[in-house]
Amino acid sequence: MSLQVDNLRVYYQTLRGDVKALDGATFTLADGEIMGLAGESGCGKTTLGHSLIRLALPMRFIEGRVTLDGEELPIWDTEKMNDFRFKKISIIPQYAMNAMNPTRKIGRMTAELLGSRKVDFKDILPELKRRLDLVKLSHDVLDMYPIELSGGMKQRMVMVLSTLLDPSLLIADEITSALDVSSQKAVAEMLVEFRNRKCCNSAIVITHDISILYQIADSIMVMYAGQLAEKASTETIIHAPRHPYTKLLISSLPEVGVKYTERRLTGIPGNPPLLLDPPVGCRFRERCPIAFEKCIEIPPFVEIEPGHFIACWKEAGTHAQA
Amino acid sequence: MKKQKKKNEFLYFTLRNRKLQIGLSIILFFLGLAIFAPVLARNEPFAYVNLRGAQPPSSEYWFGTTFFGQDVFAQFVLGLRATFLVGAIGGGLGTLIGVLVGFTAGYRGGIVDELLNMLTNIVLVIPTLAVLLIIAAYLEVRSIFTECIFIGLTAWPWAARAIRAQTFSLRTRDFVDLAKMSGMKPLKIIFTEIAPNMMSYLVMTFILQFGGAILNAATLDFIGLGPTNAVSLGLMMQYAVLWGSLLLGHWWWFIPPGAAITAIVGALYVMNVGLDEVFNPKLREM
Amino acid sequence: MQRYFSRKLIIYALTFFLAVTIDWMIPRFMPGDPIRNMLTRVSVSSNPSAIQMMYDYYTHLFGLDLPLWQQYLNFWNSLLHGDIGISTYLFPTPVTDVLWRAVPYDIFLLVPAILLSWYAGNKFGAFAARSKWLDNTISPLGYILTATPYMWLGILLAWFFGIVWGIFPIAGAYSFNMQPHLSWAFIGSIFHHWFLPFASLFLVGFGGWAIGMRNMIIYELEADYSHYLEALGAPRKLIRQYAFRNGILPQITGLALQLGVIVAGALVTEVVFSYPGIGYLLLAAIQNQDYFLIQGCFLFIIIGVLLSNFIIDIVYVLVDPRTRRGMTGESA
Repeated sequence: MSLQVDNLRVYYQTLRGDVKALDGATFTLADGEIMGLAGESGCGKTTLGHSLIRLALPMRFIEGRVTLDGEELPIWDTEKMNDFRFKKISIIPQYAMNAMNPTRKIGRMTAELLGSRKVDFKDILPELKRRLDLVKLSHDVLDMYPIELSGGMKQRMVMVLSTLLDPSLLIADEITSALDVSSQKAVAEMLVEFRNRKCCNSAIVITHDISILYQIADSIMVMYAGQLAEKASTETIIHAPRHPYTKLLISSLPEVGVKYTERRLTGIPGNPPLLLDPPVGCRFRERCPIAFEKCIEIPPFVEIEPGHFIACWKEAGTHAQA
Repeated sequence: MKKQKKKNEFLYFTLRNRKLQIGLSIILFFLGLAIFAPVLARNEPFAYVNLRGAQPPSSEYWFGTTFFGQDVFAQFVLGLRATFLVGAIGGGLGTLIGVLVGFTAGYRGGIVDELLNMLTNIVLVIPTLAVLLIIAAYLEVRSIFTECIFIGLTAWPWAARAIRAQTFSLRTRDFVDLAKMSGMKPLKIIFTEIAPNMMSYLVMTFILQFGGAILNAATLDFIGLGPTNAVSLGLMMQYAVLWGSLLLGHWWWFIPPGAAITAIVGALYVMNVGLDEVFNPKLREM
Repeated sequence: MQRYFSRKLIIYALTFFLAVTIDWMIPRFMPGDPIRNMLTRVSVSSNPSAIQMMYDYYTHLFGLDLPLWQQYLNFWNSLLHGDIGISTYLFPTPVTDVLWRAVPYDIFLLVPAILLSWYAGNKFGAFAARSKWLDNTISPLGYILTATPYMWLGILLAWFFGIVWGIFPIAGAYSFNMQPHLSWAFIGSIFHHWFLPFASLFLVGFGGWAIGMRNMIIYELEADYSHYLEALGAPRKLIRQYAFRNGILPQITGLALQLGVIVAGALVTEVVFSYPGIGYLLLAAIQNQDYFLIQGCFLFIIIGVLLSNFIIDIVYVLVDPRTRRGMTGESA
């Protein structure tokens, strides 16, 4: 088991109180697994991804336990987390276009970053060059400033940089959303290639775009309003989802490939609840076509079949009762 | 409803921000003195009231008297009026021109932008004060109002520059495109779509122009090119230096006007940073 | 990069052109008759033959009987031949000689004051941005300094160090009972007189740069690249180092933009301390209605500002890789 998350709660501090953006997430990630993390904007998927590596204000750690390769991550402690960042857990941020210092040559920045983590740039240079080849970047980029690279090149460079120390877990946050369709596919495939070559052990891919997940993810986890809804293999989520929200989400896509947040989810009446003061029990209750009185309690995220988890009283049936 | 909440949050941060509180209190204090100057001043500013000449502050003359026996406090509160007037009119005019030039350049783009930008850069390089000095030197009679106008006319370039950059970035946003496609007139787009999104920027520009105008006026007045028919803080400093207050140790003559200018302009700068924190949530936490 | 410089040069050329035009226009289009004013003033203090000579000289130079365009071309022509008239206030010294005598003092005063305040202010501002506690204790000082009118700080320093304490002289560039010559005593006197004007220019500038840098760093620490470095566990030190380097670039541009303000500051500071630079000269010229000298001072100030701007542009290109690599820089 690569990653184990237990009952993780992370809130956002605002003036009017805590926004319960991530309210009790429990899941595991197997060795070598690429898990897609999907859901509408504001469902907490980015909060989940970021809290694992850089839990910064206004995010606030409430409770929970995160274990990576048997070691507990001190995610609430910014300083202590530094030992794990980059080496054990890493991120390809959503803002990869601006992630590199604009006034340093990329090679020098990499050397300085590695130096600050007590890694010798010279030792790692051959491997760095191999990986540049892997993502089809010329070695010359090391002698360039970020502004001289195109968007796709920057994205790939950041990908190489983030995985340079072979982290156990890689978080890829919306890595394709800023790219055109052809580079989207290429970048997504490179991610799989990186995993195959053990540049990272497992990965969490946060995205709006289910079609990308369909291509590259081993499993998909769906979130709704700060809670986990369903997690299963990609095939199962796409073709045989069980949670009513997942069903509506998948069926509301006219075809796989449309980014669902760009259009209103016409298939699902109503809006997601505000997370400042979320409804008790199942948060999907008010929009759910099959809700019943039991849904006033929070449904546990239970395994109904091997590798298939779901948080729904009705669908989980007897499993949930136990 | 959402908008309402946003407004409240904004108001909350505005009222809670320490920098704004401090800055605003100082400004209001001096503004109060300026407004009630006619009541507070017990003597005419230039009348020779104290026959014993220069005397340190006393219960009768709160800020003492000048070399000629004039009431420093009366000059001070009336001078504050000039200061605020210059800030408001000079700074206001500078902001207005800057906004017009910057908006037009940033919104129209192309050749209009090229030309206006070039003009801005040219005026930016020419040292404002040198121009003001020369203009003032040739004018025989000068009022506070002409001073305001000249200061405003020369202070706009950097405001134009900042506003242009901001308009540039706003103009390419989705909501402006939408307005354009729906056939809205450019002027209407500027006022209904772009300006509201720049309010914070405009307010901050005005504050800085206000402070800049005050400092410019003080410089002009000090050199003796200020208003010929009124009292101002810069003029007080000029007289103080001219009539040997340094050598004679008449510190009460030259300290109040400079201290007031420093306090007002400093308060404006502090307010500006406070507003930046309110408008830009990222800066709220350090 | 070539594009960057050619644009800059066009701007400078146009600025110079405009400045000279303003310089030419002012005495001609402002109310009042400058020649009459001048001659009434001079006639009190000079002999009749000199007045006649000067009258001819001025009529010739102003050429007020000529059509305006001719006057304008003549102005440029004599300007390009280095002839900008003769000072009436220091008759019969040519204006250029008067100005050249003042320029060394300005360089001696301004160059150290500008560079040192910029350097120290940036360092100090970056230091203030390190923690909330430092920010709250240091920044107010910066705000007060940058809000202080130059002449008031000058007056305060002169009063306190010159009169109350009596450890610094408050007028002139060297002791009145000395003739300029090369000796340690004279150099000592020069520095002694230089210190207070320098200190007032330095302090006001220092406050402004410190505040500017503090705000820059706080912006840069919230930039995406800072967050990325944090996510990769880079130490605070490296992130700050990058933030400082990137924050310094707008500060260089800012230096160019501040030159006008600094010139104004130098002008009043020279007046407070009777320091014989161009600013002091300009005031004397205005008070004595010496129009050629006023025009000359204005021209010298413009040329100085343009030259400094050009130097700053070159420095900017050397420091910002983006302009060096052929991209357009931030400084427009």
